[in-house]
Amino acid sequence: MKHLIQISDLSEQEIDELISLADDILQDSARYREALRHKTLATLFFEPSTRTRLSFESAMLELGGNVLGFADPNSSSATKGESVADTIRTVECYADIIAMRHPKEGAPLAASMKSRVPIINAGDGGHHHPTQTLTDLFTIKREKGRLTNLVVGLCGDLKFGRTVHSLVHAMSRYDGITFVLISPEELTLPDYLTEGPLKRDNVRVAATNSLVSTLGELDVLYMTRVQRERFFNEADYVRLKDSYILNRAMLEHAKPDLAILHPLPRVNEIAADVDDDPRALYFRQMFYGKIIRKALLISLMRNYECLK
Amino acid sequence: MNIDSINSGIVIDHIQAGNSMNIYGLLGLDKLQSSVAIIKNCKSRKMGRKDIIKIDGEFDVNLDVLGYVDPGATVSIIKDGVTAQKKKLSLPRRIVNVVRCNNPRCITTTETALDQVFVLADDPPRQNCGFVGDPGTRGLYRCVYCDAAKG
Repeated sequence: MKHLIQISDLSEQEIDELISLADDILQDSARYREALRHKTLATLFFEPSTRTRLSFESAMLELGGNVLGFADPNSSSATKGESVADTIRTVECYADIIAMRHPKEGAPLAASMKSRVPIINAGDGGHHHPTQTLTDLFTIKREKGRLTNLVVGLCGDLKFGRTVHSLVHAMSRYDGITFVLISPEELTLPDYLTEGPLKRDNVRVAATNSLVSTLGELDVLYMTRVQRERFFNEADYVRLKDSYILNRAMLEHAKPDLAILHPLPRVNEIAADVDDDPRALYFRQMFYGKIIRKALLISLMRNYECLK
Repeated sequence: MNIDSINSGIVIDHIQAGNSMNIYGLLGLDKLQSSVAIIKNCKSRKMGRKDIIKIDGEFDVNLDVLGYVDPGATVSIIKDGVTAQKKKLSLPRRIVNVVRCNNPRCITTTETALDQVFVLADDPPRQNCGFVGDPGTRGLYRCVYCDAAKG
């Protein structure tokens, strides 16, 4: 693996190795303090981000490396109409690895076709978000002890939710996974996923528009935000934004060891009274995100050094 | 209307009426030094009306895209005045700069120097010759950048 554009770039074995490296980093972080010394990560964020960008930057700094980049496209030459290809040709002169978020779907793939240094997709429009998926997988593995034989509820915006798309790709490959798709009719999973990995891997799938009625069956509940920025029509967003709101009272129906995940940011879809419930793992999930990104940075830089 | 038969070359027959100029451009026939005859709207018992393209001489042309653009067309290789081979068209695994992605969120809408690349979103290839899919059908293709479908 030279670049990470979508989660299917990683084999199951490579994911296992990353999780295992992340476990090791978690146990003995001191050993990795100098792992990427004299290396520089560029974070190119053409779209806003808090967690993904900061966790990448924090991960790189804790590995002894340096960070440069921009968090606002208005402060780059993209505003002057510079192409992604030219931006990458520029940044690769100054950095050893690039994490990139872009509103256009496929932008990181286009970047990887021009780049000499590894490109990490940090989210491309409503398409893919593979490092969030690594975070989700690492969280599930740490908290549930396995990635197999799980009933996973995906709730909210399954149409534009790139974290959901990448998670479906990744978990379809594990044995005994059942997905319960919980969404309004307008925000169902795209057909390239239902016709693609779900069909190819013979994954068990159930679809519903009721969260309460299925809550009791779930081992993992993956909540998502209805994203205003993905809608062309504000009226549609307003109509759909509060389709699902998880609150503490609803959790009475849930299993005692349910894992509630959310890629964050949340708006209304998880009420604040859920935060103190031990099943709410979304804040711990952010911490795991930094650890697995450390593992990814180390792994990609190792591969790059080998390929050079 | 009579067009002389060719001694050596390729005949693309049973092209949907009106589609020959499109195929002429996509196959890059305008760049060939050979003689090319385009016969439009000729009578056909099977199709009512059809187009035919005859290309005279020996040349190198990639016919893969024909399977996508006009899966009903037939290709005959002519040698010494007789049909030496009839080629069956199948769906190409990959088509480049034949169709454009319609997804307004796709990077190809702003990164204009990118090739428009689509791949056949079918099961793994059933043959080893680089073609998949059933002759006569168009298949489902997806943009390599954003996964948007193109029928």
